[in-house]
Amino acid sequence: MTALGYNFGYLDENTKRMIRRALLKAVAIPGHQVPFGAREMPLPYGWGTGGIAVTASVIGTGDRLKVIDQGADDTTNAVSIRRFFAKVAGVATTESTAEATIIQTRHRIPETRLREGQILVYQVPMPEPLFRLEPRVAETRRMHALADYGLMHVKLYEDIARHGHVAISYNYPVLVGGRYLMSPSPIPAFDNPKMDRMPALQLFGAGREKRIYAVPPYTSVRSLDFEDHPFQPVRADAPCALCGSRESYLDEVLTDDQGGRMFVCSDTDYCNTRQTHREAAE
Amino acid sequence: MSALLEAHGLNLRFGAVPALEDVSIEVHPGEVVAIVGESGSGKTTLLRVLSGMMRPDSGEVRYRDPDGAVHVIHAMGEAALRQLHRTDWGFVHQNPRDGLRMRVSAGGNIGERLMATGARHYGRIRTEATEWLRRVEIDPERIDGMPALFSGGMQQRLQIARTLVTRPRLVFMDEPTGGLDVSVQARLLDLIRALVADLGIAVVIVTHDIAAARLLAHRLLVMRRGQVVEQGLTDRVLDDPQHEYTQLLVASVLAA
Ligand SMILES: Nc1ncnc2c1ncn2[C@@H]1O[C@H](COP(=O)(O)OP(=O)(O)O)[C@@H](O)[C@H]1O
Ligand SMILES: [Mg+2]
Ligand SMILES: [Zn+2]
Repeated sequence: MTALGYNFGYLDENTKRMIRRALLKAVAIPGHQVPFGAREMPLPYGWGTGGIAVTASVIGTGDRLKVIDQGADDTTNAVSIRRFFAKVAGVATTESTAEATIIQTRHRIPETRLREGQILVYQVPMPEPLFRLEPRVAETRRMHALADYGLMHVKLYEDIARHGHVAISYNYPVLVGGRYLMSPSPIPAFDNPKMDRMPALQLFGAGREKRIYAVPPYTSVRSLDFEDHPFQPVRADAPCALCGSRESYLDEVLTDDQGGRMFVCSDTDYCNTRQTHREAAE
Repeated sequence: MSALLEAHGLNLRFGAVPALEDVSIEVHPGEVVAIVGESGSGKTTLLRVLSGMMRPDSGEVRYRDPDGAVHVIHAMGEAALRQLHRTDWGFVHQNPRDGLRMRVSAGGNIGERLMATGARHYGRIRTEATEWLRRVEIDPERIDGMPALFSGGMQQRLQIARTLVTRPRLVFMDEPTGGLDVSVQARLLDLIRALVADLGIAVVIVTHDIAAARLLAHRLLVMRRGQVVEQGLTDRVLDDPQHEYTQLLVASVLAA
């Protein structure tokens, strides 16, 4: 128990054990969705309850936690989750990708390459990649069990026939370990290649649907495509207005109410670090 | 086993209704077998049992795969049966809505089985879909059209294209011309006959249309109340029916 009367990490030990069992199973079967039972978290769904449950189950006193929302450490959501864990687990927090041991994220993968030993925890609103194509849950389970993913390719085919390219810019479906079709959560397709053979452990928690899935370190993660229409991560064709990066994923921000706009890195830690180095060099 | 598909002693009851009673059937490679009989005689049930979609109370269905291995259909795992259904077998439903994806374009409908069996080249899938639209006499310009906007006859031809695109060895058809206008029916029957002859596929087709059976089938099974009352070469059965029920069926067609 912490001084505040919470169990360490807020969740009781039984719940954490249950979630850890689901996590072990998820790691053993990369990309496969494992159901978990969990008590309700002190946040409404949509605020990352699935991610919080996962983080709460893997965090230890020696960890340093980073939380990002759309790449930023300073949004209300990111700040409140970070404060929550500082309070219920007494852990150190950081905004630095390189220094963090656990990174909980909504909608982005950091630009800084993750390394072995780190854990990336994704908040997932809808874990089932087939749900728009096949509303019957029992049928989607059967499709996963039989690796029957022709329907997802039909969707890609339809996109190309209609738009000339695959019109999915977020939550672009991937095949994990050559076996399971997986939703990468609503990260931009631009981030998909970072998942492939990532040295860090990737864990995914969906609170409302109560599902957990995982990509162990160095696992292949392939974005679905056609041989003659290969997957192409898209990025705005501009340098970051603040740090000049031509590699990072950019957000378009309005600078005034006259329609002025500029592109800046969505990853605030990456952008700040680059700006600091630049100033130091000058 | 030399037959492609073989069933022995099939029985199935729905409560008090005997839908199948001691039914046996053989289908040889490239052979078209028609199942005729009045409504409620068990034709659809037989097709569903033969294709593994329904389990009989007793009896066995066996299938010989391209490698010569024989499978007991109702002992196969679901994965293997599905694989069979999307490669070596096809099923054409009476209602095209049951066999098509109505919110997917004609090209996507034809391409689905190709993609399900590993095709990953968009251009080649497109070429194949175009070719199949032509074969079933649908204007290839409509490749991106939605089946909901097609006529009933076109929808049925699209379902046939979608089924045959992977060149299955055995196709089950349940009254494929039912629900269509008579003139449309005739054209569809001609098309089915030409495709089947051309591809050399075996077909088990359910119909209550004796004329259609005569046009298409090498062999005929006559069903009544769940029993096969007569079977044999189509011309023999229709020109010289032995069972009085068959005689009645043939006479009613001649009278009409
Ligand atoms: N799922 C079912 N439940 C109960 N009775 C059924 C079911 N399917 C078919 N039957 C009955 O079995 C008999 C054979 O039906 P069916 O095979 O559909 O005949 P057909 O296709 O020759 O018209 C009919 O009496 C029908 O009412
Ligand atoms: Mg019927
Ligand atoms: Zn920047």
